[in-house]
Amino acid sequence: MKKVAIIGIGQVPVREHWDQSIKALAVQALFHALEDANRDEIDGLYVGNMLSGRLSEQEHLGALIAEQAGFPGIEAVKIEAACASGAAAFRQAVLAVASGRKKCVAALGVEKLTELSGWHASDGLAMAADADFETSLGLTFVALNAMVMRRFIFEHNVKRELFAAFPMLAHRNARYNPNAMFQHEISLNQYQQAKMIADPINLLDSSPIADGAAALIVVPWDDVRDQHSAVEVLACEVATDYVALHDRTNLLHLAGVEQSTKSALKTAGLSHRDISFFELHDAFSIMSVLSLEAAGFLSAEEALKKVQEGYFDIGGTLPIATMGGLKGRGHPVGATGLYQIVEAVLQLRGKAPTPLQVAEPRFAMTQNIGGTGATVVTSILKGQM
Amino acid sequence: MDIPRYWRLKDQRYRLQGTVCSSCGHYSFPPRIVCPRCKSKALRPYEFSGKGKVFSFTVVYQTIERYQDKVPYIVALIDLEEGPRLTAQLTDVDAGDVQIGMPVEMVVRKYYEENTDGPIFYGYKFRPAIPF
Repeated sequence: MKKVAIIGIGQVPVREHWDQSIKALAVQALFHALEDANRDEIDGLYVGNMLSGRLSEQEHLGALIAEQAGFPGIEAVKIEAACASGAAAFRQAVLAVASGRKKCVAALGVEKLTELSGWHASDGLAMAADADFETSLGLTFVALNAMVMRRFIFEHNVKRELFAAFPMLAHRNARYNPNAMFQHEISLNQYQQAKMIADPINLLDSSPIADGAAALIVVPWDDVRDQHSAVEVLACEVATDYVALHDRTNLLHLAGVEQSTKSALKTAGLSHRDISFFELHDAFSIMSVLSLEAAGFLSAEEALKKVQEGYFDIGGTLPIATMGGLKGRGHPVGATGLYQIVEAVLQLRGKAPTPLQVAEPRFAMTQNIGGTGATVVTSILKGQM
Repeated sequence: MDIPRYWRLKDQRYRLQGTVCSSCGHYSFPPRIVCPRCKSKALRPYEFSGKGKVFSFTVVYQTIERYQDKVPYIVALIDLEEGPRLTAQLTDVDAGDVQIGMPVEMVVRKYYEENTDGPIFYGYKFRPAIPF
């Protein structure tokens, strides 16, 4: 297998883009990435998206975005793995280049969740769960995570307020990221007052519904022209778990996270201590806690304790959600996995906004999770600084 | 319209019919095609007693289209006495009275209606177990 590099990144700000179509968002992100890579052509396009069929009445995104961007004829397909669609598309791009079959490909994530109003997005997101035995009985995506959080609070006998530190951290970082959905901090008081979505998950535990697109240009390392800005892909590993929560042996253990992280570290030949920062999948506060534990960084109880002490801040031991994470930057589901990698590349190049720049980062880990943990994609990237 | 799915699921929604593995005796609900424990494909239908305990729960305030007019309602993970865990709504109980570990039993209740003149869909929910 060939050594693989990311040579270009592109993103559009995460917003409610009522004035832009899914096509327009995708093409903008792709052009930004091509410009950053200083390339004009791609020979493959892998599009991560979850809900274009449900919300935009538009499938067939591979061919559509390829021809809209001026590349009719190239290999182009859509990859779907619920909220992990973006990183799953990146995986396909990496494999295409590593195998030697493709010379220069794009991984692109795009999602337009605000195309239809009100409950449509909730209906769509719930499609990540089991339709026959979860969703059709009245389960929402938030409700599933809420049952996990309630059980966690019960077993560990902790106060709900402890979780507030995760969204507060995300908002603190998002403030300095111009592409983030939220540009303001939140207080503990606001967290305590926030309205319940599915008890015990409130509005400020939840990443926001948003539109966005992000893209990467991936080439064989031997074709890299500018060594300084290139980032090496050391690993990108996918693992799965039972889709329905009721089928998991241990509700509080994300087996897919454990497996995907172990595989990625093994492929990269690294250990946890080598990771400079971790872009985790903080769709809900409880997911941050469970991810940190299952990924093997520290126990859930330690994570809840140390987040209060600055352990995960930019200057801390293991910075997380450095550009705001899903909670602060926003969670345009099929694009999220690629925003995470775009942000990790910015960090590794030393080009993050100054207050957010991690000091001398060497290895980045990004982790994109589908559903409540049924698909997990963990990537490890190496900078050249 | 949801008719084919409703028809297909009638044994589960009315009678809690799952599967038991002929090779290792593992019980599954919902029914499975392959035994999750021993990977055997020799599974027989098995009707569960409908007795269980609440493992976790939530109160839903914002929901999907079909249940817009039902909020707030309670959904739970329930451990059946035969072993499997399933997901269901709780009924006949106030949210403030629900506790983890609470004994519950299955009843058949209305899920939702398809528009005002469409079919009404029924299926299992769980209520606090009535002591004898």
